[in-house]
Amino acid sequence: MEAFLQHLLNGLLLGGTYALLGIGLTLIFGLMNVVNFAHGEFYTLGAYLTFAAASLLRVNFVLAIAVAILGGSLLGALCERVLLRPLRGESIDTTMLVMIGLWIATQNGELLAWGGVAKSIPHPFPTAPIVIGPVSVAPLRLFVLAAVLVLIAGSHVLIHRTRLGVAMRATFQDRETAALMGIDVGGIHTLTFAFGSGLAAAAGALLGPIFLVYPSMGDLAALKAFSVVILGGLGNFAGATLGGVILGIAEELGAGYVSSGYRDAVGFVIIILVLLVRPSGLFARAGRVG
Amino acid sequence: MRRWVLTWIAPTSLALVIVSAGVAQQDPIKIGVIAPLSGPVAASGNYVRMGAEIARDWINARGGVHGRRVALLVEDNKSDPKEAAGAAEKLIARDQVPVLMGAWGSSMTLAAMPKLEEYGVPMVVETSSAASITKRGNPWVFRISPPSEMEALGLEKYLGALGIRQADFMAVNTDWGRGAVTAFGDMLRRHNAGIGAVEFMDQAATDMNAQLTKIRGAGGDTLFLTTSVEQITLVLKQAQELRVARRIITTGGSSSPSQLVKQAGAAAEDSYHIVFFMPWFPEAMPDPNLAKAFVDEWTRRGNPFEGLTEGFRGHDGIATIAEAIRIASRAEPQAIREALWKVSLMGLNGPIKFEKDGPAGRESGQSRPSIFLVQIKGGKAALPAFLRK
Repeated sequence: MEAFLQHLLNGLLLGGTYALLGIGLTLIFGLMNVVNFAHGEFYTLGAYLTFAAASLLRVNFVLAIAVAILGGSLLGALCERVLLRPLRGESIDTTMLVMIGLWIATQNGELLAWGGVAKSIPHPFPTAPIVIGPVSVAPLRLFVLAAVLVLIAGSHVLIHRTRLGVAMRATFQDRETAALMGIDVGGIHTLTFAFGSGLAAAAGALLGPIFLVYPSMGDLAALKAFSVVILGGLGNFAGATLGGVILGIAEELGAGYVSSGYRDAVGFVIIILVLLVRPSGLFARAGRVG
Repeated sequence: MRRWVLTWIAPTSLALVIVSAGVAQQDPIKIGVIAPLSGPVAASGNYVRMGAEIARDWINARGGVHGRRVALLVEDNKSDPKEAAGAAEKLIARDQVPVLMGAWGSSMTLAAMPKLEEYGVPMVVETSSAASITKRGNPWVFRISPPSEMEALGLEKYLGALGIRQADFMAVNTDWGRGAVTAFGDMLRRHNAGIGAVEFMDQAATDMNAQLTKIRGAGGDTLFLTTSVEQITLVLKQAQELRVARRIITTGGSSSPSQLVKQAGAAAEDSYHIVFFMPWFPEAMPDPNLAKAFVDEWTRRGNPFEGLTEGFRGHDGIATIAEAIRIASRAEPQAIREALWKVSLMGLNGPIKFEKDGPAGRESGQSRPSIFLVQIKGGKAALPAFLRK
């Protein structure tokens, strides 16, 4: 029982970050119809920006994370303007290939700029764990969970409660009508991509200090993000949130009670089952937006 | 002025042309190196490359081998076995190298090995620990790193001092990790120590909480940890978070205690590490002068100190190959293979000399490396208390 509670807590902490990764991807994927293979690179970028700010420039830790999120969003916006805007109206395959190119180019760029040796981000939290009954957790992980919850709640409010969110959803439901209503369609595309990239950068900035920062760290993150999106349904915000948590807990329990060697396999078995039983995702509504 | 130019420049250029023509006649001897320069274990691969470059420069500064310079052709295996086989093929078939060094990870080395037999080119294995590498009957393989069994025997003499009653294992899910679990497990069973949880992790995994939670419940007194320094850092930090109070011993020699101190901080305190080179106290190495010279040169080049425990492998591998080429008197694969059996050399780790290992008639070469145990104490690598005089 003691181990079970610890596994559950571990899974929840892990799942929160999967959710953050999944939400960014599902927005870009479901709303813009862009299969963003470079999503993991924005995660890596967020981690390196935090490292640069916190370790090299000695900026305050929380400020360093904010810098990373801002940097990720700006680069996302730039990427949309330069790479994706000229391709709007092209088939989904074309943009997919461009994003694969971006993925390879950024990863090798990071290798060139930072070298292959992993970096460690300093953080101000004590390393001694907080012990609550049978479970223990590092203060840094609690901070990350809190930050993830704030970001998810913030994203939810932005998309469902603000005029900008309405404009976003309208644009991707029917671009022509939205444009006729006076919405700056180009701007919405840029903002959506910047927003999704910013969330990926946030995940990297938050997980970087827990784990290590190295150029290929985004590969595994991207794989998890895609899993979460498939699990939750394309373009489904709540689905990505729940999908992330489910994947995190399933992996953790699978590793704890089945076999740790097959940890990643557990996640994929669930995805195969979901694809067989509910091909549009666990939480998908009848039709997909976009 | 013009005359001055003609008087001095002309003969100088002529001399340069003659010198370069002379060098061109003597093509350098090419040595292929396969290492993980990118991917999850990139740090280690790059350190091996740096060590190999020092060996190359030292050999060339002494006039090369039989008057010919040595050149390294380094291929990245991207920490991926498939890429390792491709890199071997490229170096042998396209670049025509007569000998290889590689490929760091056991799975990568095993993947490259069939290419050695296919083309008949020898390879000096500088890092890999899986027993199967020298047991498969590939007569082109010469290993200077210890297989996990040899490492386990190296630790055996300290078992009494360490007082291990029940051990748990955590290892990377590769040939190396699985091989180490078997080797150390067998050695411990012979000494009637219990074996508790045996957990594996993917090479790129970052969250090991599930495995550590299980190990915490298993109740052993010692955790044997076999993986790259990146994952060791994460496991140490996460073990501290989960209050896994254990003696931790890392195996495989790729733990880089100095990097652990830097990146895992207090979480690395008191952990034990099996290493094959001790840059903190070169005077304790089998050839103290060579060890000191290497540490000095490494530092002079601005290479990170924490890479030395890995970088020495590159030096020893290239030194072994150069010695074989010297004995063979020609840079040709078959001759180098025969000469490798005659190599007797003092490397940074200690004496290098190959013994036969594997099925009769198709033996691979296996050297008997020295094995050392260090402990992190007060944020520094030190000899364990029971080894200090």
